[in-house]
Amino acid sequence: MNSIWEYANPRKFMATSAFLLPWTAGLAALCLVTGLVWGFFFTPDDFRQGSTVKIIYIHVPSAIMAVNAWLMMLVASLIWVIRRHHVSALAAKAAAPVGMVFTVIALATGALWGQPMWGTWWEWDPRLTSFLILFLFYLGYMALWEAIENPDSAADLTSVLCLVGSVFAVISRYALLFWNQGLHQGATLSLDKEQNISNVFWYPLVIALCGFGFLFLALVLYRTQTEIRARRLKALIAQERMG
Amino acid sequence: MPDLGQYAVYVLSSYAVTLGLLAVLILGSIWQARRVRARLEAVESRRDRSA
Repeated sequence: MNSIWEYANPRKFMATSAFLLPWTAGLAALCLVTGLVWGFFFTPDDFRQGSTVKIIYIHVPSAIMAVNAWLMMLVASLIWVIRRHHVSALAAKAAAPVGMVFTVIALATGALWGQPMWGTWWEWDPRLTSFLILFLFYLGYMALWEAIENPDSAADLTSVLCLVGSVFAVISRYALLFWNQGLHQGATLSLDKEQNISNVFWYPLVIALCGFGFLFLALVLYRTQTEIRARRLKALIAQERMG
Repeated sequence: MPDLGQYAVYVLSSYAVTLGLLAVLILGSIWQARRVRARLEAVESRRDRSA
């Protein structure tokens, strides 16, 4: 059994990710098409929410993955801080734009769902507000990477920002438990059968969630490969300049 | 196409925004990867020639 730390070697990571990438991308496409087509075309309207319930198949998976992306960045940042593995820092950097897009999708589809159901596009509700702050953290994280020339210093400082932002990532998930107020409903997916949504909505939702998960994984692998190549390119150009 | 009734504009807009953003993310990632790979290949071949 190989140690997980072998993947800290860029060459090993590139070889393994090249093998995994077509599978994760294929599974993402399969699950997304199945989940979204099933949810959009073949599920009934909700008795209270009407056809707006179809937004659930994109809103819930994107919101879950927005938080999970930040938590993945947190783990990768901690690996960088503790063990100084460059691939983990680059994986965190690669994941940020993907997580940010998922956050924007969650906010936009939430507004489009909120307007007909709550009568407002936006409300300073605990979950909505913490998601907006999470989005700002994503922006700040990406800006910090671009603002610092030295890649190791950038990785150090962005790791600290990631640690701080994790508080909001956790709050955005559990805001309803911390503050029992606001417009947003409770958890959509629950192990409690009484609280969980009906199976007719649940199956396509879980498949769409798997699709978003595999898409995240595929994009992070692909973008990390790009970051590793960009790091090598930078090193070679620096060598050329030094003669 | 299912009958979305009075909420059609909200539902369709949600799917359009999502698919549009995902397309931008995926195509942007591919474009960036190709650009970096092409530049790296050019620098590596230049380095091999001079070695």
